[in-house]
Amino acid sequence: MKLLTHNMLTSHVKGVTKGYPLLIKATEVKVNEVDFNPKFVCRMIPKLEWSALVQAADQLGHREDLPGELVPDYEKNEDFLRKVHRVLLEVEVIEGCLQCPESGREFPISRGIPNMLLNEDEA
Amino acid sequence: MASSCRRPEHTAPPEVVSLTAFSRMIEIQTQMSERAVELLSLPEGQACFLLDVGCGSGLSGDYLTEEGHYWVGVDISSAMLDVALDREVEGDLLLGDMGQGMPFRPGTFDGCISISALQWLCNADKRSHSPPKRLYTFFSTLYSSLARGSRAVFQLYPENSEQLELITSQAMRAGFSGGMVVDYPNSTKAKKDGLKTLISSSLSLRRCRFNNMKGKSVKKGRDWIMEKKDRRRRQGKNVRPDTKYTGRQRRPHF
Repeated sequence: MKLLTHNMLTSHVKGVTKGYPLLIKATEVKVNEVDFNPKFVCRMIPKLEWSALVQAADQLGHREDLPGELVPDYEKNEDFLRKVHRVLLEVEVIEGCLQCPESGREFPISRGIPNMLLNEDEA
Repeated sequence: MASSCRRPEHTAPPEVVSLTAFSRMIEIQTQMSERAVELLSLPEGQACFLLDVGCGSGLSGDYLTEEGHYWVGVDISSAMLDVALDREVEGDLLLGDMGQGMPFRPGTFDGCISISALQWLCNADKRSHSPPKRLYTFFSTLYSSLARGSRAVFQLYPENSEQLELITSQAMRAGFSGGMVVDYPNSTKAKKDGLKTLISSSLSLRRCRFNNMKGKSVKKGRDWIMEKKDRRRRQGKNVRPDTKYTGRQRRPHF
């Protein structure tokens, strides 16, 4: 699971109102090379929940020097975009689990695929 | 009906049936995805973030990657997702049931495609499943996860017109507008065995802001007033007669 997906994922357990951001408890993390596409990264930045991204990168130990606040004109700052690209698309959680901050429900991740299936009573 | 026993959703629940078993499916799937992406009418030359519902082994996703888009795939079958992993697809995969809703933040995706997945929702594989409810959950959560003005294209093989009616009515209820495109509408063979021919209807839905698609008129309009008066008349209440002044605006006062 890429951190871009994690940034968009919420918990949909019955009764949970926000369910965001999901906590990552990773046991295996991998870095995969992906082609850098500055335009796409630029387009995704306004959609991101920046604090959640920084927090997630921190939890995985891949924060490096990602700033805690969004840089003002990031469109022209290629260095910054490369950093964001790396965290968003290259760092992947392979094994571990996601935890809903409200209900405490855990969604296991295996082979990089989070299992978001709910039990009958949770749907 | 002779053909109905060949529909995969009748033989087993979705997590069991593997459509990749049919080799011709690959070719068909790619053609379907091409058509679906065409209907999405995405801005040209721009990498988009898309959702693929019922991505299976990621055949449709391959096409999206080819076009330069980034995608997230959701499927209920872990076996199919394993195949996708072995094929090393580019998109991110999630194991999830569309009938339980899409677990994404509002406004996430620039579009959604779904190839031959929607009709599975019309089946109740467990006793607790209610198809209209599951369809509504799916559509309403999908609606909120799409960015404003984006589209969702569903390619499906409806079994009969009631099924199609059920799907469209739930989609409308969730706020989608739009319609259905039937490719090759005159081919009866296509209708007979949808799986073998590249034909089917795609439901292309557009997210729209106005939520008056539920069969009711806009509030405070003349139509709305007339409907309300009719309703109250039927209830046996005392209602003023309809005249040319009914629902008219008053002259401006200073």
